[in-house]
Amino acid sequence: MKGNVVPMFDPPGPPDQKPEGAPARPLLRLTGISKTYANNTVALEGVDLDIRPGEFLTLLGPSGCGKSTLLKMIAGLAAPSTGTIDWPQSSYDALGEPDRLLGFVFQEPTLLPWRTVFDNVYLPLKLAGQRKAAVRERIMEVLAQVGLTRFANAYPRELSGGMKMRVSIARALVTNPRVLLMDEPFAALDEITRTKLNNDLLKLFAKQNLTVIFVTHSVYESVYLSSRIVVMSARPGRVSSDMTIDAPYPRDEEFRTSTIYNDYCRRASEALRQAMAESPEEPE
Amino acid sequence: MATPRDNSTLTEMLPPFVVGIIILAAWEAACRFFAIPAYLFPAPSAIGQSLIADGPSLMRALWSTLKVALIALGLATLIGSIVAFLFVQNRLIERSFFPYAVIMQVTPIVAVAPLIIILVKNTQVALIICATIIAVFPIISNTTIGLRSLDSGHKNLFAINNASRLQSLIYLRIPSALPFFFAGLRVASGLSLIGAVVAEFVAGTGGRSAGLAYEILQAGFQLEIPRMFAALFLITMTGILMFSVMVVLSKVALGPWHDSEHEQEA
Ligand SMILES: Nc1ncnc2c1ncn2[C@@H]1O[C@H](COP(=O)(O)OP(=O)(O)OP(=O)(O)O)[C@@H](O)[C@H]1O
Ligand SMILES: [Mg+2]
Repeated sequence: MKGNVVPMFDPPGPPDQKPEGAPARPLLRLTGISKTYANNTVALEGVDLDIRPGEFLTLLGPSGCGKSTLLKMIAGLAAPSTGTIDWPQSSYDALGEPDRLLGFVFQEPTLLPWRTVFDNVYLPLKLAGQRKAAVRERIMEVLAQVGLTRFANAYPRELSGGMKMRVSIARALVTNPRVLLMDEPFAALDEITRTKLNNDLLKLFAKQNLTVIFVTHSVYESVYLSSRIVVMSARPGRVSSDMTIDAPYPRDEEFRTSTIYNDYCRRASEALRQAMAESPEEPE
Repeated sequence: MATPRDNSTLTEMLPPFVVGIIILAAWEAACRFFAIPAYLFPAPSAIGQSLIADGPSLMRALWSTLKVALIALGLATLIGSIVAFLFVQNRLIERSFFPYAVIMQVTPIVAVAPLIIILVKNTQVALIICATIIAVFPIISNTTIGLRSLDSGHKNLFAINNASRLQSLIYLRIPSALPFFFAGLRVASGLSLIGAVVAEFVAGTGGRSAGLAYEILQAGFQLEIPRMFAALFLITMTGILMFSVMVVLSKVALGPWHDSEHEQEA
């Protein structure tokens, strides 16, 4: 009975299944990306980055190094000043516009205050022309995933900051995206919720053929989640180092206590320190 | 849910109510003590008597004024919203027409009303035109600002979900504009009544009107000062009533979500 409700944006299957180990075609290729804002702030300069399908890539870097800017450009919400963004795999339409397989958790919750939690999560499906009755179960499922079942009928103003953020995560997941862009999604959450959502995200990542581009300030979170960490330096933002976390999925709480995890944390911290040293001090 | 709110409304209404009673009592006492004749400055009791005695004719006048104000408010809402929509569609349209909306707003209606009343044969229509002209501006400017005041995060949200222009309009722009629109509507409701009364005065001096302003003029000519005050009282009450209805309307429309409706709790 359940089976006829859930899959509405179910991935049509990976475009080309390649054997493990072969140099995968990148899902996304950034070449020479720079971004100068109208007020002459140079947010990014000369960023080259290949993102492979199925990767869990974390952007780690000091505040203001252009992580959000980069994520928005990947999503097509902002244009780079120079450089190109290519999606060699065609889960994107002819114009190179990202299609609905993209999910974005913004740094702010950006909920619509006049819609209930349920209707906020429903929004992406509504915009895609889905009837509410047809997707009710799916919406309740993602709400349960972020632990907000009881608040389905609440309005955003009745929620705490962390709860709003969880609604925003549910809204990004509800369409079953193939590529998930997450801008510090867990920063406003308490440690326990954060750990739970970390594990949920890893489960989702393992279950679905998902590519995640994740932004965080937490070295621990980045090591726990990612298969690859790109450390950025600020002013102008650029790639400072690029490290692969060579630990198999699925990962669980045991991984957090392993030596390999601690080892990577130390290396990531070191890389971050180096990146901070490259960035000049705040002018203020 | 309802009880604490009702209580707070009650505690909020009580002080001005008490002040009103005290003022009325002092007024009545002063009139009696100094034996001020009613044709100079009537006591509240005299005004009350006139309100009852002249009730039928005053009510007829009130209805006539109210009709003009309400029709004008409706027209202003309709025209103002449409104009605001046109403005946000295209900057050129806005730049070309906005100055004229301002000119309409800043030209005193008293100065224009005689012209309109001469030009338009039907007095009723002339009154409605005058009242609409002054009520429409706050709707235009507020709704325009509202339709433009989009949160960039919300814009991104709709872009990432490939929302069409129409979807963005219905699900984002219009709801974001509603609080601004209602603020404009509150102002417009007061202005439509003012416009109606002013236009009636102008038309009344030419002997072509039936509204409350005409009653005031007539009562003045005939030195029926209590009746003049009674008409004034009715105008004020009507203004308060219209404003309250707008407040309730915006509460119903925005109640559950908009922060401005929840200031006490914040
Ligand atoms: N709309 C804008 N106009 C002008 N400058 C901007 C704008 N948005 C961002 N910037 C600047 O670009 C730089 C990068 O901003 P961005 O938000 O991408 O940083 P971030 O790495 O996400 O920071 P944080 O970790 O604090 O979120 C900053 O110096 C910021 O001041
Ligand atoms: Mg950011």
